[in-house]
Amino acid sequence: MSQFRNPLQRAHHYGAAGSGVEHWWSQRFSAILLIPLVLWLVWAFTVLAGADHATATAWLAKPWNAGMAILFIVAAFYHGRLGVQVVIEDYIHHRLAEIGLQVLVSMIALAAGLASVLAILMIAFRG
Amino acid sequence: MAVKVLTPLATAIGKRTAAASISEFNNYPNGFDTHTMQTDTRPLSPHLQIYKPQWTSALSILHRITGLLLSAGMLVISAWLVSLASGPASFETIRSVLSHPVLIVVLIGWTLALFYHLLNGIRHLIWDAGMMMDIPSARRSAWVVVVLAFVFTAVVWGSLL
Repeated sequence: MSQFRNPLQRAHHYGAAGSGVEHWWSQRFSAILLIPLVLWLVWAFTVLAGADHATATAWLAKPWNAGMAILFIVAAFYHGRLGVQVVIEDYIHHRLAEIGLQVLVSMIALAAGLASVLAILMIAFRG
Repeated sequence: MAVKVLTPLATAIGKRTAAASISEFNNYPNGFDTHTMQTDTRPLSPHLQIYKPQWTSALSILHRITGLLLSAGMLVISAWLVSLASGPASFETIRSVLSHPVLIVVLIGWTLALFYHLLNGIRHLIWDAGMMMDIPSARRSAWVVVVLAFVFTAVVWGSLL
């Protein structure tokens, strides 16, 4: 019988059942979380469209809205990073460029996610 | 299959397997690089351009494209939140930029991408549960997703404009 496995995988005695499915599950869990959160985002969008600074701040400072906004930001940046990661893996075939892009995307997602959460907390606690 | 065989025998053949893999490693002087190493016994699935373009495959690619657009849009949401926290002056700046007619069109497109990715994502989750995998169901659900994405976008922007 011919061997279809990469020699390193044979040496390790594992197939994809090791840690290979973790990424897949993470993507699904965050996707399920994002269903209600995106519906909340659309509602927030219709409330905040065209709002001035005072109105938008007062709305977002409400604990329920601030909480949902933080949940949405964390879930969306996490899910987005997982998705972009796979796209880079699939289409960027230059190893160094691929790793560089993966690091860059992670840093952008972390930085923008952190900045968003800090902004929401500042608005929530300053009132 | 390999796991079933190896589990009871793992300790017995452990040494032999390790020896075999070391000698194999010597055949790859640059190490095992999964990107460059391609033995001719490993199966390859045909790439994208081999297949005839279809309605369902177009939607699958669109799921990726909208995912990338939504990720880019998250940076706009982030900028909006930061400028809101920075005070009225910076908030006025981003508000005037986002209410430019060109940006309104971009936002409508982003909303369409959001609803498409949300609905098609639910379609993917249903498939992940092993349901509606037959071709007629896949074609029907494709239409439902596309039509609903346009309807939801129209309802949201109809209430705003």
